[in-house]
Amino acid sequence: MSARECPRVVIVDDHRLFRAGVRAELGEEVAVVGDAGSVGEAVAIIREQQPDVVLVDVHMPDGGGVEVIARVAEEQPDVRFLALSVSDAAEDVIAVIRAGARGYVTKTISGAELADAVRRVAGGDAVFSPRLAGFVLDAFAQQAGGGPDAQERAVADRELDQLTPREREVLRHIARGYMYKEVAQSLGISVKTVEAHVSAVLRKLQLSSRHELSRWAVQRRLVSLDGP
Amino acid sequence: MASAQAPAGQPRVASATSLRRPLDRALLGGVCAGLADRMGIEPLVVRVVMVMASTVGGLGVAVYAVAWALIPVTPESAVSGRRPGAWRQAPLIVLAVAALFAGVHLAGSHVGEGLWPLVLGTCGLALLWRPTVAQEGSGPRRRPTLREYVNRPAQVGAPRLIAGALFVAFGSAALLHAVGVQHSLGKAIWAVAIMAAVLGLVVGPMVVRLASSLSWERSARIREQERAEVAAHLHDSVLQTLALIQKRAADPREVAGLARRQERELRSWLLVRPGEAEQDTVAGALERAAAEVEELHRVPIEVVTVGDAPLDGELEALVQAAREAMTNAAKFAGSERVDLYAEVEAERVEVFVRDRGVGFDPESIPQDRRGVRDSIIARMERHGGRAAVRSSAGEGTEVELAMGEETAA
Repeated sequence: MSARECPRVVIVDDHRLFRAGVRAELGEEVAVVGDAGSVGEAVAIIREQQPDVVLVDVHMPDGGGVEVIARVAEEQPDVRFLALSVSDAAEDVIAVIRAGARGYVTKTISGAELADAVRRVAGGDAVFSPRLAGFVLDAFAQQAGGGPDAQERAVADRELDQLTPREREVLRHIARGYMYKEVAQSLGISVKTVEAHVSAVLRKLQLSSRHELSRWAVQRRLVSLDGP
Repeated sequence: MASAQAPAGQPRVASATSLRRPLDRALLGGVCAGLADRMGIEPLVVRVVMVMASTVGGLGVAVYAVAWALIPVTPESAVSGRRPGAWRQAPLIVLAVAALFAGVHLAGSHVGEGLWPLVLGTCGLALLWRPTVAQEGSGPRRRPTLREYVNRPAQVGAPRLIAGALFVAFGSAALLHAVGVQHSLGKAIWAVAIMAAVLGLVVGPMVVRLASSLSWERSARIREQERAEVAAHLHDSVLQTLALIQKRAADPREVAGLARRQERELRSWLLVRPGEAEQDTVAGALERAAAEVEELHRVPIEVVTVGDAPLDGELEALVQAAREAMTNAAKFAGSERVDLYAEVEAERVEVFVRDRGVGFDPESIPQDRRGVRDSIIARMERHGGRAAVRSSAGEGTEVELAMGEETAA
């Protein structure tokens, strides 16, 4: 889509009241073309409407954002997802990002900020809230120091498995509450470069098979160790 | 394999695969039926064999008694299959008859084989060792049959204890007698050894059973306590807040504040991992400070923390300084929200408090704003840390607090 166009949005959340609220808040800035209260409904309406952006709740009774993305992403690679949740549990948020969401914002976000985030995701960028930046820094945290298994890690680490110092610096600024524009200003780089760094971090987060990340995930119960 | 052959809803087939006593099909204690199920033959065959074995010095009786003691009943028959009736007390009667028979046998003739004392003792031990069946079951209350007395040692131990002990005493006395008659020298050692062994056998299972019943009670109590704790917590927090929200429905700002505080509180309660609950950490202290400031000044504070560490004196000062920075931001900046970011590493802790408010010129902090100079900068320096304030009019303010090795430079 071009930047002029108004992004078409589908809202997926199991709370009807919340969907109505988001619809009202987004106002004229984006076109809400549908909403859904369950994974099944969501898949159907996404197929039908082909929206630019899907706002998905992390938690839903029948699987949540991860399930919606898993069912739709492959057949419709152009649809982009933005996770929207009250959940602060890092493992849930990281799971949705790893499933393919291009960002995460909390439900306390203002309407204008949310519209802005939707536009950015529609344009192919990643949207990192301070909280998500914190989670990511936490997930990639252990690599900096030389822990007891530093040797092993040095062998295992690939480019995907760690953040560059610059990426880390960008994330720290975002976690501190800086907007992309302010991050650029503070670091003396362009906004485009900031966006590129954030997108790179998103890619690493989605593709990394880094054992630290999986261990962290297990600790935080992201990966279920029991069950089939 | 067992489960594949025993589909649910067919308890008889299911019970055939493991050794259980089906009380609903029992003549005496269900031992023969159970064995027959297990071996896949007619119960009658087993019963005949058992009776025949009993004629060989009482061997069958002993085997039956031990099997009765050790084999648990099928769960479904333990609950529903018990038919009332005097003949249900048959195992006890059989044991009594056996004992009587043995007594007569002892008095009448010489106990050459030493087999009958063993049978007697075995029967006594079987009584004492009977595993607890459906101990926690809470069926309708009625006067228990003698049989049920026997089946529930934890609650009704005394009659069984006495009966069993009598059997065992009788048996061991007979054994002693049998042994003592033939060897007249130094048999006191034997006597002591046998008595000690018998005592151990009698008391041991009692102790074990007592301990296990205690631990079951304890875990039940813990479960109950946990449930009560959750209920109490929800009552004190969520329900109270909901009541308050209903009362203050006219004031959206107040309602938002209440909801937010409750959300924060509930979330921190939910996210606490067992074992971590007690320890006071930097992240926890910052969260609490943020919640307090937010409540006082009604400005939302987003707290993001990376890493964590136990709280010590210096870090306590850091938290206090951060609290002051948050208070300033909430009170004077007029910002819609305040961001707090804390990064805790092994050697270094950094905290950033950021607002998008009016800002000010850090060079000309008004005299009355002592908070910044005293409570933030001076406090951090006193504790070996560092504080920096970046602000400009209209752009908001950021307070940076750092403590750790790098800050000395």
